[in-house]
Amino acid sequence: MADGSTKDAASILRKVNDYTWDIPMDYKPGMRVPGRIFVSSKLLESLEHDTLTQVSNVATLPGIQKFAMAMPDAHSGYGFPIGGVAAFDRDTGIISPGGVGYDINCGVRIIKTNLTVDEVRPGMKELIELLFHEIPSGVGSKSKLRASDSELTDAFLHGAKWAVESGYGVKEDIEHCEENGYMKIADPSKVGEKARKRGKPQFGTLGSGNHFLEVQYVDEVYDPEVAKVFGLHKGQVTVMIHCGSRGAGHQICDDYLKILDRATHKYGIQLPDRQLACAPAESTEGQNYYKAMAAGANYAWANRQVITHWVREAFTRFFRRDDLGMDLMYDVAHNVAKLEEHTIDNEKKMVYVHRKGATRAFPPGHPDVPLIYRKVGQPVLIPGSMGTPSFVLHGTQKAMELTFGSACHGSGRVSSRGAAKREFHGETIQKELAARGISVRATHPSIIAEEAPGVYKPSEEVVDVVHQLGIARKVVKLMPIGVAKG
Amino acid sequence: MAGKKYEYLYHIADAKFRAFGPTREEAFENAALALFNVMIDTSNLKALEERKIEITSPDIKMLLVEWLSELLYLFEVDGIVFSEFRIDKIEKIGEDFSLKGKASGVPIDLLYHKFDTQVKAVTFHELEVEQDKTGGFWVQVVVDT
Repeated sequence: MADGSTKDAASILRKVNDYTWDIPMDYKPGMRVPGRIFVSSKLLESLEHDTLTQVSNVATLPGIQKFAMAMPDAHSGYGFPIGGVAAFDRDTGIISPGGVGYDINCGVRIIKTNLTVDEVRPGMKELIELLFHEIPSGVGSKSKLRASDSELTDAFLHGAKWAVESGYGVKEDIEHCEENGYMKIADPSKVGEKARKRGKPQFGTLGSGNHFLEVQYVDEVYDPEVAKVFGLHKGQVTVMIHCGSRGAGHQICDDYLKILDRATHKYGIQLPDRQLACAPAESTEGQNYYKAMAAGANYAWANRQVITHWVREAFTRFFRRDDLGMDLMYDVAHNVAKLEEHTIDNEKKMVYVHRKGATRAFPPGHPDVPLIYRKVGQPVLIPGSMGTPSFVLHGTQKAMELTFGSACHGSGRVSSRGAAKREFHGETIQKELAARGISVRATHPSIIAEEAPGVYKPSEEVVDVVHQLGIARKVVKLMPIGVAKG
Repeated sequence: MAGKKYEYLYHIADAKFRAFGPTREEAFENAALALFNVMIDTSNLKALEERKIEITSPDIKMLLVEWLSELLYLFEVDGIVFSEFRIDKIEKIGEDFSLKGKASGVPIDLLYHKFDTQVKAVTFHELEVEQDKTGGFWVQVVVDT
């Protein structure tokens, strides 16, 4: 393993079972709970020392419940690790922008089609070219949507619901979104002018980095019964959209980190890392952040909804048909904090669950799971990296018991962007992927190098740990045939 | 170390750099250069448009974060990719630190400018503003990409 890795992870961690490793409370002064890392022994090899440090830092925060957790795809971030899950008691705990991240409600959605892979593959290169042009992506790209100030406010307030009511989709779309596409607690008046200015021109853009739009197909069905409930079958083409709240969310996080940095002093909270800036969950500062964060999350849901509309239009134009069955399967957030009820030590408690690079994975019967999926559990969407498979899983009761109803969010990086650019050549990777039947369209080759399949942990390995643990169970595997990224 | 303006350090997902300067002002200027070079090679960019920047912060590390964040904000909102930075003075006024300076660059033209991944934000993580034994300054920043 390259720099930044650990030789002594094994000596720090205590093995609970094959997929569960604890950081004991005496590892660092001030830890209120142990750390808990869900990895296989193979994934443990690539776990960085920084990730352990960051998990143990989170364990020092007031009101934390049970464990500071890291999902199998965890890697070091800033403040909280990426792949981190932590729940804080509503009355004694904190809320922290660092536990959500800059890209508020970065998330994933899957749109179904009634097309087969054999129908789509022959024209894939042209189709991905069309999608790349129809959905703006990359640094400096401008949206074709010119949102007015009042439309921006509506998006902050009502997210995907606003988008659907404005003509960017159908009613069923919002029923198939986590939170029905918007958090009701959102208050646009808590969003600053800078966030509005950054968010406005970027509304309806994909962004850059690991964000992408992929045309995929169902390659393998693990659980035919659940797949049927989700409306998925072998050979079916799907579209995955992975993006977030763009500059609006980044600025909201930025603004509130500064506010909460002061609040940390005001409330006398001791922090091992300034990036963990936080305030008591129910304090004015804490609630103002929560309401602004929710507005950022809603912007992201509206953004993915608008992009969905353009994807549908592009498919309709390309295939010259409007009966392609392009229903939204589901939409999940993987960077968000939410007030949820969980059972802790046989007692029902309201907690602020922070998921930073982690996906909610609610079980069968949970009232927050859409009615049509309720008997099988919430769809858990796990994007792969470019050229690697993505997965659909379903939530379980086990997740409620072990991880506050959470699972992993992706495959997790193992190599830096800089190293990737030195090690990989974008055009070569593009050719290799083309030979495997995957058309990639990016703004230029170095974008492809930065996100090369080799810089991520294998998505299969991460998803298998989640499946074996039982915090979500595999339903289908999706393979990409077309990738557009900025 | 002589002549080196900045260097990138290993970070698995984001970008981490150190910037150097004989004065704190120059170290901050070089940090801005490092920030923009995460996204694009600025060496051939012209400096046609200028933005004046004034910031006041409760401490020196926060001043560094706010200086870089402001540049990122202007980059996104005004659409200027900056390549030259000049800080006139960093001073302590009462309890606060203040900075006066300017940044120059060229309007983004996607036909010519090949951007790599975007910097989303400047973090407080592993943030340092230090003076070394020879009297020079170095700063360390992790940015979210």
